[in-house]
Amino acid sequence: MIVGEQKPIAEIVKLLGDAKKVLVAGCGTCVTVCFAGGEKEVGILASALRMMSKLEKHPMEVDEVTVQRQCEWEYIDPLKEKLKEYDAVLSLACGIGVQAMNERFPNSITLPGLNTTFLGLPEEQGVWEERCQACGDCILGLTGGICPIARCSKQLLNGPCGGSQNGVCEIDPDVPCAWQLIWERAEKLGRIDNLLEIQPPKDWGRSRDGGPRKIVREDLRLGSEAAETE
Amino acid sequence: MAEETNNGYKSGSNLEKVLRAGHFAVTGELGPPQSADGSVIREKAELLKDVTDAVNITDNQTAIVRMSSITSAVLAMQEGLEPIVQMTCRDRNRLAIQADLLGAQALGVRNLLCLTGDHQSFGNHPTAKNVHDLDSVQLIQMVKAMRDESKFQCGDDIKGECPHLFIGAAANPFGDPFEFRPYRLAKKAVAGADFIQTQLIYDLPRFREYMKKVVDLGLHEKVYILAGVGPIKSSGAARYMRDNVPGMIVRDEYVDRMAAAIKDIPKEEKAARRQAWRETGIQICIEQVQEIQEIEGVAGVHIMAIEWEEAVRPIVEGAGLYPRPTVE
Repeated sequence: MIVGEQKPIAEIVKLLGDAKKVLVAGCGTCVTVCFAGGEKEVGILASALRMMSKLEKHPMEVDEVTVQRQCEWEYIDPLKEKLKEYDAVLSLACGIGVQAMNERFPNSITLPGLNTTFLGLPEEQGVWEERCQACGDCILGLTGGICPIARCSKQLLNGPCGGSQNGVCEIDPDVPCAWQLIWERAEKLGRIDNLLEIQPPKDWGRSRDGGPRKIVREDLRLGSEAAETE
Repeated sequence: MAEETNNGYKSGSNLEKVLRAGHFAVTGELGPPQSADGSVIREKAELLKDVTDAVNITDNQTAIVRMSSITSAVLAMQEGLEPIVQMTCRDRNRLAIQADLLGAQALGVRNLLCLTGDHQSFGNHPTAKNVHDLDSVQLIQMVKAMRDESKFQCGDDIKGECPHLFIGAAANPFGDPFEFRPYRLAKKAVAGADFIQTQLIYDLPRFREYMKKVVDLGLHEKVYILAGVGPIKSSGAARYMRDNVPGMIVRDEYVDRMAAAIKDIPKEEKAARRQAWRETGIQICIEQVQEIQEIEGVAGVHIMAIEWEEAVRPIVEGAGLYPRPTVE
């Protein structure tokens, strides 16, 4: 899932500026599951903003809405008319949701209430950790299902650096060394040979370095021949 | 082509010649200043040049900004020191590294040490973006292809002179997973490393165990292995390295010996304590170098005495490694 965390309230207030009427918009998917921007968090943040507006004598009317997915047109399109009433929308979706709102409703301004932090999973209740950097060229098949791009602090592809000791990374004793995990896994699976081959330089052109990435599936596009013969 | 232009040597560097001739090599380390003051390099070079075969010039070591490695190397060469330019993958992508290597060759650099690089969070710019476009193994491969095939990493030909570098790499026998370490060294050898310098050794039994595996794998016949040593400055420094430096193991015997060195000297006599520590630190290092010379597969020592360059001479002399050989 996409994991996010709420921005500090002071930053949010600064972003909202002198907006008098604000819509706090949550998202019912990833950020709901990670307790950052679902209906419940929308309610709490909206209340906080209302209190602040009273305390600081800055009149602000705050409404709430949560859609199933802010990153898909069909879920946000019904907001079109409603948005006209507001000076600003404060989105508690991930960065994709914030951009979708701005793209779809160019006459409104949608501001980010979260920092989108990573693609990860809940390790336990209340603890999330990154697992994927969407590098566009998955190598989990070579590394026993443990990603050195997301989990090694230097994104090494050919084994651990000199800073790995007692299973932890040099940057922090609470961070497991990804290559320690990969090694242990390879030993368990009897696949150490995989790690002895030199992995060539990575094609970062498939990662973030090539501008926004895009997938076009002609077989799925509406009006395309392939889709219609299905 | 490289073979013809260098009389059969890969680079023709002094370090390569000394190792090829079968001498027990001695390399040192020089940390450039955190300023534009070239005199710092000249002074350190003066202390090191006569007692070493070549000297590493660190590349933003511990992720702290310093005078660039290649620039410092050129200043050191002007003083008659042979540099080993360190190059990390942390600060440069493949374009920047190759551009720098073309320049390094043109300026007369002949040795390169390929490193991953300390994490930026240790240094003075912890919010910097790290690069790691390549890792150290891939960097070695790239430098070898530039030298032996006259090719850039992309596969294009280098038209004209290419870098003829004697390629070094690092190894940490004290990092984990311990079982992976010899294999990681093997990967560097296969990638094209000519020599290896190890992390500082303060655990000889573990280093012996590591070297046994390295010799079993035949790696000592593929790369020259230089064992990393360094004089300890004080008992506090020994404790700090033991307890706080990731990837290092310091046996208690060293901490205890450093502590014993000053046990009869009152605290107020700071200069006397310092002197006693330094003498003991140098003595321990001499003994280590002597023991390391007996270990099968070790081709030399890499003496790291950063900000204590004066210590290198007594260590080299004390270990019976002076004068350094001249190989034509």
